[in-house]
Amino acid sequence: MTLHRGRGFASINYPIGMNLGGDPSQALVHSNPDGKFMVALSSIDLGQGMKSVTRQIAAETLGIPVEDVYVDTADSDTGPHCMGSFASRGTHRVGNAVIAAAREARSVMMEAAAQELEVNPDDLVTDGKGNIHVKGAPSKSITTAAACGAAQFKQGRTVSGRGIFLVPLSDVDPDTGEMTPVTCFAHAAMVVDIDVDDETGEVTVIEMNSAYEVGRALNPRLVEQQLIGGAWMGMSHALWETTEPYYPDRIHGPVDFNEYLMPGPGDIAPHHISVLERPAPDGPFGGKGPGEMCANPVLPAVANAVFNAVGVRIDELPITPEKVLRGIAAIGGPQPQPKW
Amino acid sequence: MAKKPIQFQLNGSGQAIFAEEGSNLLDVLRRGVGDLSPKYGCGQGTCGTCTVLVNGEPRLSCLTLAETVEGQSVETTAGLAHGPQLHALQHAFMDNFAAQCGYCTPGMLMAAKALLDRNPSPSREEVVEAISGNICRCTGYEPIINAVLAAAQSGGRRYG
Repeated sequence: MTLHRGRGFASINYPIGMNLGGDPSQALVHSNPDGKFMVALSSIDLGQGMKSVTRQIAAETLGIPVEDVYVDTADSDTGPHCMGSFASRGTHRVGNAVIAAAREARSVMMEAAAQELEVNPDDLVTDGKGNIHVKGAPSKSITTAAACGAAQFKQGRTVSGRGIFLVPLSDVDPDTGEMTPVTCFAHAAMVVDIDVDDETGEVTVIEMNSAYEVGRALNPRLVEQQLIGGAWMGMSHALWETTEPYYPDRIHGPVDFNEYLMPGPGDIAPHHISVLERPAPDGPFGGKGPGEMCANPVLPAVANAVFNAVGVRIDELPITPEKVLRGIAAIGGPQPQPKW
Repeated sequence: MAKKPIQFQLNGSGQAIFAEEGSNLLDVLRRGVGDLSPKYGCGQGTCGTCTVLVNGEPRLSCLTLAETVEGQSVETTAGLAHGPQLHALQHAFMDNFAAQCGYCTPGMLMAAKALLDRNPSPSREEVVEAISGNICRCTGYEPIINAVLAAAQSGGRRYG
């Protein structure tokens, strides 16, 4: 038995969002009587941080503390329309919609404050701590809560805003075939080191080193969290997961976690990540979003590493021990490729 | 089917409940007692999210007959915090971003608590071993391992 060390590299461009009949998301923002703001979305947070990021974006745009913002994604029947949390589109599409809605709500809040302070709204600024004051005269101020309260109880205004962000459908040019389906791309590059056991066919991931370019990392810890977890999914897809591991047909497929394989906590490899920030011109505060591309570079990088280790080119996932052994047998024994 | 009286301690307080014979502990906790903190995942003992402690030992509550905990002490994540004061593990899970969707978290917390209760300063390998019966789909495990090690480093003290 010999362990063959291999190194594989892959890089990807990943489109943010999709182009199926247009790609819109909406947001509604309004203040409550206590001066806190509610962001209503139908964009689901399934752990990826939708609520955290839209909360930050709303607070930043409104000019109020992040603690004063609630995000409600409870119900797609009663909330404003969203295409959904997929295609790595959440931060970009929904974030932009939230900015539009928060801007509109902010302008009403500033008008209400101006009326209370008897000044011109254009002379007012927010301090981000819950106060609105006259530019250059911090003592002439009103709290955002008091301004919103006055709007509702004295002035009869709704401190609210509507926002939509739409990337319209890009049709194919009938003459040239050209289209512009995507407004921005995220990027990643990854180097994976593995060991291939030429007796058992097992592939062990030793180390991953990666660089991800995600636009502005609006919440750096959540970005890192996504990248770590997503790379695990990529590793799992490359080497373990499949719904149809056995032939001849689906009926022999896995039906529970005993048969559906995934790497456990003992199978993970050290993963060193660099996050590169190149703000997207059309992104909310420059953000694109990590999303699906967290997992993508791992698969081709692992396949390339297997080739580098034993000279077997496997083009069907997952790269199971059986496929590795059959591949090695087909070329008459392991053929390690040049090392780096 | 005849119902059977069962008495046990849940997070330090006495519980007395009638349960159908043969019902599992997870069902009794969730539907009988109303403690929704242990989650139903696979229902066959392979995912670990239903993990609770029985006399300090981690058990898969979906595979544990309820009547076997008669007179025993059961702990769930609902008992980790004392009033507003979170357990060191809960703080460490937040600080280390060890949860995304959160479905595995109750099981992870209880598996980790069982470890730290008997081994206050575990090695990384021991943490991996302790949570190896629990499946997580989001985090890639690394943040969870780091969180358990951080909680151990805090000496089990409640911090924050």
